[in-house]
Amino acid sequence: MSSLLARARAAAPPVVFLLPMLLVFGLFSWWPIVRSFVMSVQQTNLVTDPVFVGLDNFRAVLDDPLLATAVQNTLWFALLALVIGYPVPLVLAVIMSDLRRARGLYSLLAYLPVVVPPAVAVLLWRFFYDAEPTGVFNSVLGWVGLGPVPWLEDPSWAMPSLVIEATWAAAGGTVIIYLAALVSVPPELYDAAEVDGAGVLSKVWHVTLPHLRGIMLITLILQIIGTSQVFLEPYLFTDGGPDNATLTVLLLVYDYAFANTTGGDYGKATALSLMLAGALALMSVVYFRVTRRWSE
Amino acid sequence: MTALARQTPDVAPEPEPQLAAPAGRRRRRRRTEGETRTITSAFERRRAGVRFSRAVLNGALLVFLLVVCLGPILWLAKSAITPTQDTLRQPLALWPHGVDWANLRTAWVDIDLKLYFWNTVVIAAGSWAVQMVVAVTGGYVLAVLRPRGGRIIYGLVLATMFVPAVVLLVPLYLTVLDLPFTHWNLVNTYWGAFLPAGASAFNVALVKRFFDNLPREIIDAARVDGCGDFRLFLYVVLPMSRPVLGVVSVFAVLAAWKDFVWPLVVLPDPAKQPLSVRLPRLAAVTELDVVLAALLISCALPIAFFLVFQRLFLRGGLEGAVKG
Repeated sequence: MSSLLARARAAAPPVVFLLPMLLVFGLFSWWPIVRSFVMSVQQTNLVTDPVFVGLDNFRAVLDDPLLATAVQNTLWFALLALVIGYPVPLVLAVIMSDLRRARGLYSLLAYLPVVVPPAVAVLLWRFFYDAEPTGVFNSVLGWVGLGPVPWLEDPSWAMPSLVIEATWAAAGGTVIIYLAALVSVPPELYDAAEVDGAGVLSKVWHVTLPHLRGIMLITLILQIIGTSQVFLEPYLFTDGGPDNATLTVLLLVYDYAFANTTGGDYGKATALSLMLAGALALMSVVYFRVTRRWSE
Repeated sequence: MTALARQTPDVAPEPEPQLAAPAGRRRRRRRTEGETRTITSAFERRRAGVRFSRAVLNGALLVFLLVVCLGPILWLAKSAITPTQDTLRQPLALWPHGVDWANLRTAWVDIDLKLYFWNTVVIAAGSWAVQMVVAVTGGYVLAVLRPRGGRIIYGLVLATMFVPAVVLLVPLYLTVLDLPFTHWNLVNTYWGAFLPAGASAFNVALVKRFFDNLPREIIDAARVDGCGDFRLFLYVVLPMSRPVLGVVSVFAVLAAWKDFVWPLVVLPDPAKQPLSVRLPRLAAVTELDVVLAALLISCALPIAFFLVFQRLFLRGGLEGAVKG
């Protein structure tokens, strides 16, 4: 009896300490994950009880003429972010790592945009992107005889405009990750490269970048996963416009669930979220298969 | 992220220990200079060509970062106290014609920015508290108490890192709308904003890894002295954890201040919304100079916070997590 009591007392504290984590993860992570699978095959409208509808939600999403537009736009955003945004932090970090003395100041400046709340940044940049010739960016372009550029008002310029702002907002975080990794390059490797007659650029190519390869592979896939879920920029800059040119997949999910007129279709929204998540998971698996073979 | 990092092989070969002998003298000298070498060698830096291009690169980088990263914020600070007409006519004028301090007051009082500001403070404080409680108690159980089944729970926690946030938006909203068992509706309450923030696998992993590396001898010694689980937690583990608690805290507060999508969904009542959700609506119906003043007020606190705690942000709080 007494040993049972002792055992209960000994077991109690772990449970007490576990409780916050189990409750919070259970209610706000595990349960919603399970629920998204259930909801994707149900008709849910919060008024009547959910009804099982099989794959109807998925079919409805696939039949939506806007889906192709949203997928194309999302791929376009991710591709532009890769071309414009991926090299920026890498180049900055490599240069900064060699200019040791001012590195503290440089990384402070580079990280500054990261702490600006995204909603504030977008509202500020929306003013910068004024399409009039007197707009901020158009004035600067005017100094060198370019522009004016229609920025957010033109379907083909809108997406690049969003990507430029998103790169500005996010690059600093990646710079810090690269800088942290660059500290651990063994100096002996640079010495050895010099003995073999390597110049500065060839040391960057043969020593610095190979050292970063592992981190670069991770930041690449994380960036693709992140940009595939872009929401805030298209929502606040253009609300999907002009002419649906910045309608992304997540914006479509949001519209299915929460838009004033068409919203409330939670089944369709979860079905589309799941399809996006499935595509991302598949891509990640393939990515790691391919790059593992390639990096070994 | 941790699990991903572990899969990628470390590409840099270990330095050969045998070669350390001739390098020993050089290493000693380096230590007196107080820095290890980087891409360019001291010899290269003395060469005129390299020195010149490094100076150019240095200057170009500084100008680039000042203009691109600091520039927009300085511009915002200037325009927030400039009359609208000035800003519209000459947006890039270096100095305002007339200073209009009243903009800040108008934004704070007349469009009720103070209400949304304090809402944001409440949301940040609550999210911080929930994240701390979950991460610290969870990390303590998993790393120190190690109950049976702990590894499975940790696996389930880590697994949530691989579920993209997009999947959760709608089902999480419906969960918060009607909580399992209790049927509480947390929509339009701050608990609806605080509690989901606590489900951060990243925090739990960071704290657990830190607790894993605490010296086991100290914990064992406390145990021998008859320290129970609670006292071990309060008087031994927590006092040694200030570094990791600081990192988790600054990122939690900043993330809550920046968050947009979740408060947009869970707090439809304008009187409860934080700045980031309210600003876009206000911007549509307010004069430009007041909007810019409101934007400045909204990013002043996170920027000040960053400048105060820059070490925690910049030494790579993510470093340990990414490098596996």
